[in-house]
Amino acid sequence: MSLDQIRIWLDERLSLGSVSEIARKKEVPVHRHSIWYYFGGMTLFLFTVQVVTGILLLLYYRPSAENAFESVQFIMTEVKFGWLIRSIHSWSANLMIATLFIHMFSVFFMRAYNKPRELTWLSGVGLLFISIAFGFSGYLLPWNEVSFFATKVGTDIAGVVPVIGHSMLRFLRGGDEVTGATLTRFFGFHVAVLPALATVFIGVHVLLVQLHGMHVPRRYEHNHGYMKFFPNFFLRDLIGWILAIGVLAALAALFPWELGVKADPFAPAPAGIKPEWYFLFMFQTLKYIPARILGIEGEVLGILAFMLGGLVWVVIPFINREPEQRRRILIFNVFGVFVVLYIVVMTIVGYLA
Amino acid sequence: MQTVNGPGRSKEHEAPSRRRFLDYLLGTSAFATLGAIFYPIIRFIAPPQIVEAMQNSVVAAKLNELPPNSGKIFKFGNKPGILVRSASGELKAFSAVCTHLDCIVQYRPDTKQIWCACHNGQYNMNGQNVGGPPPRPLEEYAVNTRGDDVVVTRI
Repeated sequence: MSLDQIRIWLDERLSLGSVSEIARKKEVPVHRHSIWYYFGGMTLFLFTVQVVTGILLLLYYRPSAENAFESVQFIMTEVKFGWLIRSIHSWSANLMIATLFIHMFSVFFMRAYNKPRELTWLSGVGLLFISIAFGFSGYLLPWNEVSFFATKVGTDIAGVVPVIGHSMLRFLRGGDEVTGATLTRFFGFHVAVLPALATVFIGVHVLLVQLHGMHVPRRYEHNHGYMKFFPNFFLRDLIGWILAIGVLAALAALFPWELGVKADPFAPAPAGIKPEWYFLFMFQTLKYIPARILGIEGEVLGILAFMLGGLVWVVIPFINREPEQRRRILIFNVFGVFVVLYIVVMTIVGYLA
Repeated sequence: MQTVNGPGRSKEHEAPSRRRFLDYLLGTSAFATLGAIFYPIIRFIAPPQIVEAMQNSVVAAKLNELPPNSGKIFKFGNKPGILVRSASGELKAFSAVCTHLDCIVQYRPDTKQIWCACHNGQYNMNGQNVGGPPPRPLEEYAVNTRGDDVVVTRI
């Protein structure tokens, strides 16, 4: 059977012609800000790196308080290329969050969430929260000292939420304290619940992008060209992905991910403890908030403020219904710049402190 | 007209009520089925309360392992406690759980304070929150020495 015959056989059953017709028609606008179109695809690529390396780590990882740390140690020291796979998993996770942030802020500043793309924004923000949950749950899995305290603090923050806080804390921890029960739960979230959610959200997100096509900023609406997605844009994407593999391999080789000290529920928090960088700005803020503000516990106020901020971020397309108005542009750009500056400055301060 | 319309109308009137009754049956049984499926799942997700015998007193340390101006974490039931000995030799014991966000505190000989590394919370030797974000003092325990044993008791 020749290759052509196989193609015809499949085409008769799956009507591949219509799919390739869509692929042939798919185009990407070309203008001064086209560079930002690459970051969504890059985030998706790093996610697939996570899936592949994650499945590999599953072959050796053992999710219990007694075995988790030792099994990661085993991966790092005994398993051939174990250090590489785990380091790439950790580095890729961090780069994925970084490209996701770049992608999100580029959408924000180009006002690409405008009608009819509100649902694309919502599914994207959903993916942001899923990614953060991935990061938070995966961080605990090596069961080391820093991850133990990060989880204590993070889940305690969930407990601050009025009314449902305490049940949420118990749901997350699998009891009142961070124990092996928490580790088992986080493992389940990390390898089953979140991947299932991510698959659905990515599916919707990518489908919506196909439905609406790429957004073009107002300024370039009438003066921009087009590029074929296949092969022109796709090959450029590919170059980016190959570069990413190179960067990941270099980072994993030069800065292998630390394992640290095994968690001990009866040891004080180590000096200089810090969360992952994408939580650092919130962490640093919590340090500055005084114990009491107007008779309310400062931390409660701070955490509720961050939650409110997150909610505002989710509903941006519905607050800003006419984003191309001159005054609106100014207000939302100032707001966006303030958010970016706040995150950047607090992250740097957190590192230097 | 009336003979045609009359029974027709009454039929029209009758049919929806039977349908409504069946809809009601279907709806409630669908609802009950969903309830029967989701109730156990929701109960399963919430972890069971584990009742532990509250430990009221524990030998936290031997006197000789605690020189002046030092501290030690000890296990009090399933929670950590901290035993501190001031430079003058006085013994104090507190819960080691920071009142801010649940981290475990430590004694700092250089500042002579109880300190939480997570968010730089500070407590004095009486367990009072004197700096940083902690909103409340640490829970205090009673300390007694029995021979060489340092015994900590819940107040």
